[in-house]
Amino acid sequence: MAVPKISIRGLKKRFGSKVVLDGLDLDIGAAESVVVIGGSGTGKSVLLKCILGLLDPEEGSIKIDGQEVVGLSTREREAVNTKFGMLFQSAALFDSLKVWENVAFGLVSAQKKSKAEARTIAIEKLAQVGLPPQTGELFPSELSGGMKKRVGLARAIATQPEIIFFDEPTTGLDPIMSDVINDLIVDCVKRAGATALSITHDMASCRKIANRVAMLYQGKIIWDGPVAEIDRSDNAFVDQFIHGRAEGPIRMQIPV
Amino acid sequence: MNPLAKLGRVTLAFLARIGAVAVFTVRATSHCFRPPFYWRHIARQMLDIGYFSLPVVGMTALFTGMVLALQSYTGFARFSAESAVATVVVLSMTRELGPVIAGLMVAGRIGASMAAEIGTMRVTEQIDALHTLSTNPMKYLVAPRLIAGTTMLPLLVVVADIIGVFGGYIVGVYKLDFNAATYLKQTFDFLEFMDVFSGLVKASAFGFLISLMGCYHGYNSDGGAQGVGRATTNAVVSASILILVFNYAITELFFAGR
Repeated sequence: MAVPKISIRGLKKRFGSKVVLDGLDLDIGAAESVVVIGGSGTGKSVLLKCILGLLDPEEGSIKIDGQEVVGLSTREREAVNTKFGMLFQSAALFDSLKVWENVAFGLVSAQKKSKAEARTIAIEKLAQVGLPPQTGELFPSELSGGMKKRVGLARAIATQPEIIFFDEPTTGLDPIMSDVINDLIVDCVKRAGATALSITHDMASCRKIANRVAMLYQGKIIWDGPVAEIDRSDNAFVDQFIHGRAEGPIRMQIPV
Repeated sequence: MNPLAKLGRVTLAFLARIGAVAVFTVRATSHCFRPPFYWRHIARQMLDIGYFSLPVVGMTALFTGMVLALQSYTGFARFSAESAVATVVVLSMTRELGPVIAGLMVAGRIGASMAAEIGTMRVTEQIDALHTLSTNPMKYLVAPRLIAGTTMLPLLVVVADIIGVFGGYIVGVYKLDFNAATYLKQTFDFLEFMDVFSGLVKASAFGFLISLMGCYHGYNSDGGAQGVGRATTNAVVSASILILVFNYAITELFFAGR
């Protein structure tokens, strides 16, 4: 196998005495779409934030295209981050900027494009996620949840990143809008030829956007395989999760 | 629990907080001097701090100057030194009350809004989003506010000084029956460059502190709406306390040189 796009080895992260990631290993190949599933609070978001450099892991290595990214300086980190696009759970649009300025943000800041040029691309990307050009003149506070997600998606793909992260892309949306967003994600990732890493606990979304599924439990990847095999994983944890049963080996840990 | 352990824990937490503020200060300040500069953001913050604070600062300065004249007259009349009223008003205004009053008002107005805005950006992941778009939030959000605070507060204080002295003049001439020309002459006779200058140095330091506290507490806020509320309170309270502490420290500094 060629050098994986993202290679994670022995990643450990804890907050105080709470161990969140406990020696996590995961490889993601180029142009692959991997979905990490797992219950709430199992550290899925922490994993993404570690890869993005928003959190510093205590131990372990993360390689992007073979380059070690743990412990980079801010400036080097900024350069690596130009490879990434991210759709945040709450879309995280800048509410002081218009929609088109949000989408164009990375084009201006990272790619040093002129405003006019960035605007043209932004309108194009908005069209790609099914939003008319007039939407570009609105402010994020004037948008519905589904529209915000679309704008967030347009912003994530605007710079044509090699790697796109999706943090619970369908949370808080109705089933139909969820499916629309899923379709858009599949379409955008395919069109860009990008590598995708998503985290979700929505199985419908997972089945739609994944090539490969990895299950995160107690800080480790306990199962990892093609999406077609998820129903015959022979893993009691995975079975319980994908069928959403309260009874099984996974005990919901209610924090005291 | 062992009371000593408790005391130790509190002390350690306090020292850790001081360390965190110090690191934040150094990082934020260094970004003020390194490109790229976000000129549009700097200008917007300057407008917000310098221009839109004028009514609030002007009103407080006016009434402070007026009450100063009234109170010092009451005192000085007891040993027939009424002629010192104008001097006391101008010296108190420029050296002390102009910067402190303006600082406290701006801390309430601007410090709170900075903490709330940046805090909301933190809890809605907008700061993380800046990172992923290869933009350093320190440079994009914090540096413009620090630059604007440090440069605009002295200008505000110049205005506050003038309005405060004018307030004293109104009370002196229209209520205490001073001769207008004499009052003005007494105002400027004993005023030295150092009086105004030390006030402006104070103002600049206060502006820096207000922006720093607003940004620090906003940047490190967590826990949703409640966390942002807490950040806002902490920003205003800590900025106000620091203003009063630094006010003494800077006065002491200038006092040594007279």
